[in-house]
Amino acid sequence: MDRVLMKGNEALAEGAILAGCRGFFGYPITPSSEIAEYMARKMPKIGGVFVQAESELAAINMVYGGAATGARVMTASSGPGLSLKQEGISFIAEAELPCLIVNISRGGPGLGGIQPAQSDYFQATRGGGHGDYHTIVLAPSGSQEMMDFAIEAFELADKYRIPVMIMAEGTLGNLMEPIVMREPVLNKVDKPWAISGCQGRKPNIINTLHLGSEELENRNLHLANKYKLIQAQEKRAESYLVEDAELVVVAFGIMARIVKKAVVEARKRGIKAGLVRPITLWPFPDEDLRQAAEHARLFLSVEISMGQMIQDIQLALAGRVPVEFYGRIGFTPNPEEILQEIIRLAAREGL
Amino acid sequence: MAKGRVRLFPERCKACGLCIEFCPKDVLGFDEETINMLGYHPIKDLKPESCTGCAICAVVCPDLVIEVERV
Amino acid sequence: MKKVFQRPESLTEARNHYCPGCSHGIIHRLLAECMDEMNIREKTIGICPVGCSVLAYDYFNCDMLEAAHGRAPAIATAIKRLLPDRYLFTYQGDGDLASIGMAEIVHASARGEKITVIFVNNTLYGMTGGQMAPTTLLGQVTTTSPYGRKVENEGYPMKMAELLSSNEGSAYICRTAVNNPANINRTKRAIKKALQVQEKGLGFSMVEILSACPTNWGLSPVEALKWMENNMIPYYPLGEFKVKED
Ligand SMILES: Cc1ncc(C[n+]2csc(CCOP(=O)(O)OP(=O)(O)O)c2C)c(N)n1
Ligand code: SF4
Ligand code: SF4
Ligand code: SF4
Ligand SMILES: [Mg+2]
Repeated sequence: MDRVLMKGNEALAEGAILAGCRGFFGYPITPSSEIAEYMARKMPKIGGVFVQAESELAAINMVYGGAATGARVMTASSGPGLSLKQEGISFIAEAELPCLIVNISRGGPGLGGIQPAQSDYFQATRGGGHGDYHTIVLAPSGSQEMMDFAIEAFELADKYRIPVMIMAEGTLGNLMEPIVMREPVLNKVDKPWAISGCQGRKPNIINTLHLGSEELENRNLHLANKYKLIQAQEKRAESYLVEDAELVVVAFGIMARIVKKAVVEARKRGIKAGLVRPITLWPFPDEDLRQAAEHARLFLSVEISMGQMIQDIQLALAGRVPVEFYGRIGFTPNPEEILQEIIRLAAREGL
Repeated sequence: MAKGRVRLFPERCKACGLCIEFCPKDVLGFDEETINMLGYHPIKDLKPESCTGCAICAVVCPDLVIEVERV
Repeated sequence: MKKVFQRPESLTEARNHYCPGCSHGIIHRLLAECMDEMNIREKTIGICPVGCSVLAYDYFNCDMLEAAHGRAPAIATAIKRLLPDRYLFTYQGDGDLASIGMAEIVHASARGEKITVIFVNNTLYGMTGGQMAPTTLLGQVTTTSPYGRKVENEGYPMKMAELLSSNEGSAYICRTAVNNPANINRTKRAIKKALQVQEKGLGFSMVEILSACPTNWGLSPVEALKWMENNMIPYYPLGEFKVKED
């Protein structure tokens, strides 16, 4: 297979185009702007639409409108931009419109900093805006997955009529790696609900208002059932050396690659360490964690945040195994410091 | 014979009175004997013979209560 | 006998939920009549706002989408760009367009988006119970300007038609009123012109329509139209502010 060298952000943008994305609506913010810049160059050449919106509020609402036509459309942003998009994401989730939302994440709160971070985990996995809803959240850990997941995101979005989010740290966006180019997606999904002018059919309505109590509850039940189905079918994780692991480290995205090195080093030192990398942050792959817990005496969540995913790990393990936390923000923990933490915990537990 | 005729859908009428206000021939008035399903005394053509079919009543009606025919 | 007035095909048969004498009903009908006359119902996509006209998707007999408060122009932008041969309208109140949606409307106009905006200015927030809007007149009492709007406190009412006409991207900007039959007919002509400007691809078009909210003005429907004439029209002059020729 021929490999091409590509930056994560560009691999993601190219993946979206291969998936048939023909509308990009965004507002510049570091470290996500490269995706918009790539789309600004490409879209006019392939008959697609690129609009630099006046704000993230406008951008996400352009995605709302674009997705409503049945086209594959997307936006990308970071930190404060994602906060502004939450209103629109709530509407899109309720209207059940498929689209891709990318968070090339940076540290907060407030304006925070442009260093890579995972501190938008709660926002991404709990819906983020108002009301009971979820988005599917994919966390790639390299350029290849940036491309693959962009394609997969659009497929999942259409399959379940749901906004799909890719959350990747700024580091991944900038990482230059050789990847295998994917084939363009050619099959078209039928979208009889789309608004495109009612020629030859009854008018379609896309709305999110449900004034009656029963109607509102039914809508929420409908969404809840859909989310249950997604939880049953779409949880994904990568498990590494967990079969006999006594200490299981959990990390996602770029952090998982770094943890992998530390796990290998720990094994060399005779510590039975393993790694679980959640690929879908929502739905959270709790079963993979429970499987890894078979021989485990301790779990360790390593995050580029002050500790968010640890709550999902604790929920998944339901008290069966204690969960420790190691995290930083502003800095990405390096393999050596994670190794030291593993050694310290192993010594403490007598592993 | 009247030059025009209004066809009314009184169940839609909210008795706002705009048609009465603007009809140049005072054709229309409220039907005090009836209460429609919205709870209003709906519109009625009290002097149909004066109607010119000018459609002013229909133009000012916000609720599509009135259709107009002309000879 | 021949029919000279009947319900336009571009409206559904649903009874609207508006208060007696509310101008929304008239404005819906005028827009629908224009769609009928231009034979564009099946190629039209409407975006309704958050405001009293939030349920407009039940009334227009064409594809409809309900927006978040103020965001209709952004939504219409994307749809029009992806489906350039369709007709796009947004239907927005003064709170929706001139307050929370100010950025979206100004930039849609600046970009010259080929959409038609029906802007219903009734000087306040009807749906939420009559609070002050950016268009509330000086001295006007609302539930959040209980002593009357004052310059020192709330500043001046915004003139959106004038403001948007300064954008190069605006191709047709007009202000009308629906206070009497003649002005209602002028409003219809303006809406049609705006849709034709969109059809020709000349740019952004908006008709600002001075409208009555008898309920929150505390007036009878007939008095409300008089109030509009005596108070609104002097501050919000009627007429065309921008007409780009092809
Ligand atoms: C984000 C948000 N803020 C506030 C509201 C509450 N709200 C609903 S309608 C409305 C004002 C509507 O006024 P206007 O646009 O003038 O329309 P009208 O009802 O007068 O026709 C407000 C503030 C909302 N729905 N969403
Ligand atoms: S058509 Fe003219 S004359 Fe006849 S009822 Fe209506 S307004 Fe009056
Ligand atoms: S204008 Fe329409 S709603 Fe109002 S009173 Fe006349 S018929 Fe009834
Ligand atoms: S509150 Fe005002 S704007 Fe809303 S429906 Fe009633 S009259 Fe119309
Ligand atoms: Mg208003």
